[in-house]
Amino acid sequence: MALLDDNSGGKSQDPRTRMVARAAQEIAPGMVVNLGIGLPTKVIDHLPAGFPVCLHTENGMTGIGPTLPFEDADRNLIDAGGAYVSPLPGTAYFDSAVSFALVRSGRLDLTMLGAFEVAENGDLANWKIPGKFSPGAGGAIELAQKARRVVVLTTHTDRKGNPKLLQSCTLPLTATGRVARIFTDMAVVDVTPCGFALVELIDGVTVKEVQEATGATLHLPDHDIPTF
Amino acid sequence: MSLPDKTTPMEEAVAAISDGAVVMVGGFGVPGTPFTLIHELVRQGKRDLTVIKNDANEAGMGIDHLISAGLVRKLVVTHLGLNANAISAMNEGRMEVEFCAQGILAERIRAGGAGLQAILTDIGLDTELAAGKQVIEMDGKRLLVEPAIRADVALIHADQADPFGNLTYLATARNFNPIMAMAADRVIVEPEQIVPLGGIDPNAVETPGVFVDQVCPLVSIGEEYGVVRR
Repeated sequence: MALLDDNSGGKSQDPRTRMVARAAQEIAPGMVVNLGIGLPTKVIDHLPAGFPVCLHTENGMTGIGPTLPFEDADRNLIDAGGAYVSPLPGTAYFDSAVSFALVRSGRLDLTMLGAFEVAENGDLANWKIPGKFSPGAGGAIELAQKARRVVVLTTHTDRKGNPKLLQSCTLPLTATGRVARIFTDMAVVDVTPCGFALVELIDGVTVKEVQEATGATLHLPDHDIPTF
Repeated sequence: MSLPDKTTPMEEAVAAISDGAVVMVGGFGVPGTPFTLIHELVRQGKRDLTVIKNDANEAGMGIDHLISAGLVRKLVVTHLGLNANAISAMNEGRMEVEFCAQGILAERIRAGGAGLQAILTDIGLDTELAAGKQVIEMDGKRLLVEPAIRADVALIHADQADPFGNLTYLATARNFNPIMAMAADRVIVEPEQIVPLGGIDPNAVETPGVFVDQVCPLVSIGEEYGVVRR
């Protein structure tokens, strides 16, 4: 894959880029991974060149290679977000039924999704804002419900500064109790049986700031909190 | 013996579609969308259609021509976020929209093509998508009953076809085409290339010709099939 080696630790970059670079470390060698449209797709830019991973896309492909510029694009080869992608040695194509058979039967080790809201019990809302945004859920419900591990990439607050990490979701749910970890532009937060647990802080952000930007209690570890 | 020839002019194949028909349309984005069959459907002004498709294409492309012409009464779809015309038609009540989880739409269609009545699944339980659906309990689990889907007509885009209707597909232009090609009472295919009987290696056939009713030659592969510059 045409990837940037990101060994800088990312601390010179803006918080969103650091969030995406940190999320890339979530991907272990050998995994089958589906990256949602938007920020999650950018995670691949932060994997080391030659990293052994199989990326899946809902429209029927495993083994996604680099995104191509228009002049090199194959009109029959896109990912679920519409980007023109390329095959790798070992790529497979299949129909939509097979594509979701592998999702529902547990062959997807990890999915990274965007979010409007995440609740402290792991509920996720990311497909509908009644009266404002209702384009349909596409494959999000099955990804969120059936991937072995579900992590979320999102800004910590919405554009108006309202928290997106909440005690309970107010929007229609995508899946209940499935989110394990959240990467934001302020922190890494785990969903635990006790609620949200602060795992890491972005360099320069304080515990107080991230707690104020969160709509639920953040449980703190009894050791120093690592930064990224 | 030789296998029957199902080659049919597109105008004739589409003329047999009734107003009010339930029509499956292959494609996910541009790849696999039968643009020429859709144009012929618009040209012949078939109305009151129920269209089943993964997405609503983009404004000015594919089934948007049907939607903008007011020919679609109901759209069954997984996502229409890239088509502002479709969103307006839905919000203004000009078109009924039923949303379905993507893989469940695929599996309902596959079940329809396999002669099954329904599938049982936990997908969408405890979400809005479960509203109004029958729930049963089996092995201690709650499951939604998702009815199989069949259509009057399926419009399919394939890479190669032989005259009997054996089909191959390319890359992500497969998507819903192979399953829809099994799930309609009349399956109409526009292949990019028609090869003679025997021109497709039997090992490479993805849709067996028995599922296909009409193979319509394409005069050209127009701009709509090309790479979209955004």
